[in-house]
Amino acid sequence: MQHSVQAPSPLALLETMMLIRAYEEALVGIAAGGNAPGTCTSVGQEAAAAGAVRALAPQDRILTNHRSAGHLLARGADPGRMIAEVLGKRTGYCKGKSGSLHISAAELGVVLTSTIVGGELSLAPGVALARTMTPGDDGIVATFFGDGAACEGVFHESLNLAVVWKLPILYVCENNEWQAFVHRRETMPMAYVRDWAAAHGLVAETVDGNDAEAVQAAAARLVARIRETGEPAFLETLTYRTRGHYEPDDQSYVDRTELAAWQARDPIELLANRLRAAGRLDDARLAQIRARVRAVIDEAVAFANASPYPEPAELFTDVYA
Amino acid sequence: MSQITVNEAIAQAIAEEMRRDPAVLMFGEGVATKRGELVAEFGAARVRNTPLAEGIIAGTAAGAAASGLRPIVDLLFAPFLCFAMDEIVNSAGKLRYMSGGQFKFPMVVLAQSGAGWTVGAQHNHNLEAWFVHSPGLKVVMPSSAADFKGLLKAAIRDDNPVLFFMDLALGYQAGEVPAGEQLVPLGRAATLREGRDVTLVSYAKTVHYCVAAAETLAGQGISAEVIDLRSLKPLDEAAILVSVRKTGRVVVVHEASRLCGVGAEVAAIVAEHAFDALKAPVRRLTGPDTPAPSSWPLEQAFVPQADAIVAAARELVGTREYA
Repeated sequence: MQHSVQAPSPLALLETMMLIRAYEEALVGIAAGGNAPGTCTSVGQEAAAAGAVRALAPQDRILTNHRSAGHLLARGADPGRMIAEVLGKRTGYCKGKSGSLHISAAELGVVLTSTIVGGELSLAPGVALARTMTPGDDGIVATFFGDGAACEGVFHESLNLAVVWKLPILYVCENNEWQAFVHRRETMPMAYVRDWAAAHGLVAETVDGNDAEAVQAAAARLVARIRETGEPAFLETLTYRTRGHYEPDDQSYVDRTELAAWQARDPIELLANRLRAAGRLDDARLAQIRARVRAVIDEAVAFANASPYPEPAELFTDVYA
Repeated sequence: MSQITVNEAIAQAIAEEMRRDPAVLMFGEGVATKRGELVAEFGAARVRNTPLAEGIIAGTAAGAAASGLRPIVDLLFAPFLCFAMDEIVNSAGKLRYMSGGQFKFPMVVLAQSGAGWTVGAQHNHNLEAWFVHSPGLKVVMPSSAADFKGLLKAAIRDDNPVLFFMDLALGYQAGEVPAGEQLVPLGRAATLREGRDVTLVSYAKTVHYCVAAAETLAGQGISAEVIDLRSLKPLDEAAILVSVRKTGRVVVVHEASRLCGVGAEVAAIVAEHAFDALKAPVRRLTGPDTPAPSSWPLEQAFVPQADAIVAAARELVGTREYA
């Protein structure tokens, strides 16, 4: 099977991250107005999503968690249909039945956004098993989860089964230091989730999760390995959740020094500065990208706002096949 | 027609469906070890042993079902479903709805429960009502070899998650099973015996106690109708109501405990839709609200027996009719 994945250009990575940031900031604004319930952002984690998702091929599948906007957008999801879903509109990816916490999009290979922490880890082996049992299919499964999910029993069950059954899964742990309102220092004795994964016999790497290019390179390497061997692999991206657990959240529990240190390593700034230094980005180009992203998000918000709510009869549809 | 056991009926159903549809596969703890004939015919990829980890077994089934396969998973004993509740209830049961119908979940979960093996409370717990209460799931609990085979085949072909409960005491019970392609549709009860005076509604093992009770009652001049629900969800409300309108009296019998059990639902359906036909209050005979005991006599006392059903029916028939 042909793979048409080209290493994304650094500028494309940058634009993807800026789109994710603009999307989530728009949602934060809508939430502040009281119109977008249950929104959990991934602000500060854009490099992990952009880098890893863009290392995948079209036939690959994705399972993710409640901070899924980055993964969906990096996969090419329509921001208008996403915001419509968050607002409970009929034009959303799931007809308004998922909200922001469970968006799936079959046409993009996004099987699941789980808000049960670790739920994505539990389903991933089955999705991967189906890939291995389809003749001529070398699609793999990427599943995104956090350090909180790594503390769930199903994390270990999933990795164990994937190794024993040789399932083509890329486990991407976005280690963002926070498990809802609890810092992972309180809940994990380990410095890295990678060590747990390695103990299960997976090839496991840790990468700077705020460096989109580093994430993309590591993910591409592991994806190629998975396709070649059929065996699972593990990538830990070290990053930081710079906004709260959900909107609104005053983050009164957050160590300001730690937060500031990570904000100084903002993934978008990091890549933009690197591209500037290399002479590949200037103010005019950056403004151009920013304007393009802004227009996409403005149009998306307008589309979502103008979309109708589902009819009450929709309450009873799609329960059973 | 041939006489085969419930266990053989289950094995036949699985083999026939795997033969018919290459998307059907089976996995669970010791499945490949115990079902060597399936491994021999269908290969190790389609019949798999798993770790002793019910959560990942059920989750893997849900993921596989969402991705084009039709998994059958054996979770062995029903109490172990507690480890798999999240995957079955929160994922398999809800994701079709949450995705706006983008995915379907054609999977079957096998689990055993019920008195008869003195295995104690952590291997014996009739928790079918938990799943009946969960949207998106179907629940089946047959009583005869023919129904085990026909319902399991229908469950495997169903595009929704089906909880398929096997009463432990029935495994080695033999019955007539029609040869070939005999599907029993989900959601349709069977009237095992026609009667005029009282309706005995049950499912699984206690169906047989109802049939025995009906025979005893017949000798005493009381004509009892026996309904085997077979599917608990969808529930054949029409079959219950038609019978109650005929007899005016109902005894609901099951081994699971009473509070919020399936019997409570049957009683409520009758009260809502056939109150005018009732000549006596609905009676429920159920297991007690205790964990299942292991000791044989205690375990037997846990299950509503035929003599208790006879007594309840006689009491109802003897009750003065409402003016």
